[in-house]
Amino acid sequence: MNAPAYNFAYLDEQTKRMIRRAILKAIAIPGYQVPFASREMPMPYGWGTGGVQVTAAILGPQDVLKVIDQGSDDTTNAISIRKFFAKTAGVATTTATDEATVIQTRHRIPETSLHANQVLVYQVPIPEPLRFLEPRETETRRMHALAEYGLMHVKLYEDIARFGHIATAYAYPVKVNARYVMDPSPTPKFDNPKMDNCPALQLFGAGREKRIYAIPPYTQVVSLDFEDHPFEPYRFNAPCALCAAENSYLDEIVTDDKGGRMFVCSDTDYCEGRQAAGHHGSLSAAPYKEKAQEASNG
Amino acid sequence: MADQNLVENDEPLLVAKSLSKSFGRIAACRDASFSLYPGEVLAIVGESGSGKSTLLQMLSGQLAASSGHVSYRMRDGITRDLATLGEAERRFLFRTDWGFVHQDPAQGLRMAVSAGANVGERLMAVGWNHYGRIRDTASDWLTRVEIDTARIDDTPRTYSGGMRQRLQIARNLVTEPRLVFMDEPTGGLDVSVQARLLDLLRSLVAELHLAVVIVTHDLAVARLLSHRVMVMKGGRVIETGLTDQVLDDPREPYTQLLVSSILPP
Repeated sequence: MNAPAYNFAYLDEQTKRMIRRAILKAIAIPGYQVPFASREMPMPYGWGTGGVQVTAAILGPQDVLKVIDQGSDDTTNAISIRKFFAKTAGVATTTATDEATVIQTRHRIPETSLHANQVLVYQVPIPEPLRFLEPRETETRRMHALAEYGLMHVKLYEDIARFGHIATAYAYPVKVNARYVMDPSPTPKFDNPKMDNCPALQLFGAGREKRIYAIPPYTQVVSLDFEDHPFEPYRFNAPCALCAAENSYLDEIVTDDKGGRMFVCSDTDYCEGRQAAGHHGSLSAAPYKEKAQEASNG
Repeated sequence: MADQNLVENDEPLLVAKSLSKSFGRIAACRDASFSLYPGEVLAIVGESGSGKSTLLQMLSGQLAASSGHVSYRMRDGITRDLATLGEAERRFLFRTDWGFVHQDPAQGLRMAVSAGANVGERLMAVGWNHYGRIRDTASDWLTRVEIDTARIDDTPRTYSGGMRQRLQIARNLVTEPRLVFMDEPTGGLDVSVQARLLDLLRSLVAELHLAVVIVTHDLAVARLLSHRVMVMKGGRVIETGLTDQVLDDPREPYTQLLVSSILPP
């Protein structure tokens, strides 16, 4: 009765084989978008169907899986994908970046630096960096083939002309291995430098768009910019309110309707790790502070 | 230096040899041959369906000829057959040494990005990577085509027809091409705007020593801009010669008809 209803990691072996071939090609041509026969997955498009297929294709029984969504291990998307693979592949799961061998991510790269035995799988909504500049896919493919990337700078020019600085804050275009211009998926540009010369393998899966691309370990990844307007990662100028980290990417959380807000690390595992190590932010001892206040008031 | 210029001007820039194009049974263009020299303006005139646009597309490498050759003298001085150029080379030529002014500016411009970026695009495509310099060059060109530089950050959508056409010209000339193709550049503009545009084109052509192939059905445009005229009818070149000569003393009956159909001023 309890015979597994699914093949290991949900997808059948022929499909995984097809996806692995696409992944191998993608690794061989860093930054190049390889078409693949994307399958319907038991989740809606936009929820990581591409990332899930890539993860399913590379997952082995010994792997330890971590799934993050906007840096967080405990949002709906992250939990459901983690449960999905725990159920269909029976792999161990973790929230600790260090322990994971496969990390599927949506919109963030973990703060803890990755090591050589890890694979980072990105969920990609729109793989084509030139999409909103040149609507014809036939033309963008030709532009990639001929490395005609002047148009990408037109977008950055427009940003500066309109806002005085490069206002693109996420999905900031990068050039991989001095050849292909690539959309790093909607990660904040704060994370762009982490992609450069990264020891871990980075795989990108776009399910609806049926594309897979990759950055092999230790590959040069350069964010595009102008000489007089160089690339700058953006970060709120505040320490994390829970762990006082000064160098992590922050989420802004609105706490009331009077303009109150707090900034906390978007990477929950990193923040929790720091708190466990004894770092305290301005709001981390809030319950005790309240009690202290009550005591002094009473 | 002067001698070298002389030699350069002595050799044709663009040579067409018995160009023909047929679409199935329809021969759109038959056996067109000519040479274009640096700084020379050639007008191709004729009625709709006479094969003008087909010829222009073949000359600019956008359409493969059924027979015949087009060769172009590259910046390094070597004349090459366009058909033997790779796609990358052809596209590079198209956005550096050539310009193409469309009748409808929406075809030649990016309507959703600002005028500055429209002019700067070619510069960025050839590797300019300094925002300040790109912007200075763009605003310089806007001044040259008589567009108020205060409108550099507006998109061409907000421009009038005449301004769009002038912007398109600036966008094409920014890389200092040696050869510009124009397909009815004054079509759809009212008469006073046309006159201003023609005036501008004439001074730019002289100033930059441009070679131009201009397709038009408007003989007044041909008379104002061009040095030489080619008259086409039914896909054939029926008469060619100096502009004044052809327009003042037409030899072919069709050219006579064309010239006489202009309303006297």
